[in-house]
Amino acid sequence: MLEVRDLEVGYGAITALHGISLKVETGRIVTLIGANGAGKTTTLRAISGLLRARRGQVLLEGLDVTRCAAHELVARGLAHSPEGRMVFANLSVIENLRMGAYLRRDAEGVKRDLEFVYGVFPRLQERLWQQAGTLSGGEQQMLAIGRALMSRPKCLLLDEPSLGIAPKLVQTIFQKIVEINRQLGLTILLVEQSAHMALEISHYGYVLETGRILLEDRAEVLRTNARVREAYLGGG
Amino acid sequence: MQQLVNGLALGSIYALIALGYTMVYGVLRFINFAHADLLMLGAYAGYFVAPALAPVFGEASYGLLAATVFLAAVACAGVGAGIEYLAYRPLRNRPKLTVLITAIGVSLLMEFGCQHPAVFGAKTRPFPQLLPAEQIHFLGATVSRVDMVIPLVTCGLLMGLWWLVQRTRMGMAMRAVSFNQQAAALMGVNNNRVISFTFALGSALAAVAGVLYSVRASGIDPLMGIRPGLIAFSAAVVGGIGDLAGAVLGGLLLGMLETYVGGLPGVSNYRDAISFGMLVVILLVRPSGLLGRAQVEKV
Repeated sequence: MLEVRDLEVGYGAITALHGISLKVETGRIVTLIGANGAGKTTTLRAISGLLRARRGQVLLEGLDVTRCAAHELVARGLAHSPEGRMVFANLSVIENLRMGAYLRRDAEGVKRDLEFVYGVFPRLQERLWQQAGTLSGGEQQMLAIGRALMSRPKCLLLDEPSLGIAPKLVQTIFQKIVEINRQLGLTILLVEQSAHMALEISHYGYVLETGRILLEDRAEVLRTNARVREAYLGGG
Repeated sequence: MQQLVNGLALGSIYALIALGYTMVYGVLRFINFAHADLLMLGAYAGYFVAPALAPVFGEASYGLLAATVFLAAVACAGVGAGIEYLAYRPLRNRPKLTVLITAIGVSLLMEFGCQHPAVFGAKTRPFPQLLPAEQIHFLGATVSRVDMVIPLVTCGLLMGLWWLVQRTRMGMAMRAVSFNQQAAALMGVNNNRVISFTFALGSALAAVAGVLYSVRASGIDPLMGIRPGLIAFSAAVVGGIGDLAGAVLGGLLLGMLETYVGGLPGVSNYRDAISFGMLVVILLVRPSGLLGRAQVEKV
């Protein structure tokens, strides 16, 4: 579904990614773990066209989309729920969801997908007419994910869904991610600092360290890897 | 009563110009200083197309006014979008100050470029008669026809714009772009298209105001936009910049102040000083304008 080959991205004189490669198979949840500043967000932003790659390729369904602008990639089936959620605080919840379906012309399909999102996140349905800026952190995260689903993507990029939300809700959000993956067969590339939970729900994982892929393996193998345990899973 | 009608007409013109400033600001957080000069271009567009339209719609008729306004708006929409494409778009990712200074440059270029004899020339030209000259008597006041038309146009455009921004897909995209351009792009919004549209719309509003302003004024010249532009910009700020109703409220307030203070014996020469003095007071009490909501600057 999604493949990154030898991707190099930099900001001015700084190189953030030194040629990384990764693959996300159709229908899988793949996670990218790493410390703060390892380049996880940069990777997602380069994939979704918010950042230009200096070198390397991004392939979506086998097609080279490295030079595509962010808004063109949405039309090709990529959705990105960005770091910091970026819900439109000045729009209502329902308008945010409709923005997710901005490019769609099939009113019936949009309606069905709204129902699906309400099914996954009943909280959103209770707050449809509320300004998104007044939602709690957890609710905003649900909205960001729901909004991304509204474009009916083939592949979803999720950046730190656990960031800045109540610990109790983190578990729920992760359950919902699994639910979405199972019910829609949606391919998901997940970026997380909470490596433990991310590896628990993923099929495959990559460990990113200062802009390079350090390790990659099936998630259950990474969970038991000594280095990963020490660096990202809190020792024991 | 007479003062009220005059103030309403003048205020509605300022409101119309202020709507253009506030539309562009609302989406881009950027003051288009060339807005006043698009008003001037709109006036000249009207000056040139009106004689050609007169045989079709009849001399001095409502049809002629409507057709002139429409064509001037279309022409200015194109010019406004063109200015954005050539001057502002290349600076999209530069500091806001760079774009602001560029806008001042564009404004000066238009004001003084248009004074070249090969363009419009510096001398004042008489604006064609677009409406019947006889005045209307209304509740004891004598009103020119254009002064009756202007408040209706402003009111109609305010409602139309509100509908556009709140109820249409393009309006929703404009609000999304206004909040965060990257997030809008991730929804599939082509930011450049939304921004072009916003500039075209703002410039069309300037043209409508330009033609109506010229019908009231005695003549047009390349510097004609500066004073109403400055007042309307202040009106938009006082009303709460970015807010459509605020722009209209601010425009009406300034138009009324100017008319009433201008009619007082002894102080009429100080009307601008008094109007702007009151603005300072309003902004001291309500720094984000009458209808503006206090918001924290995004860092």
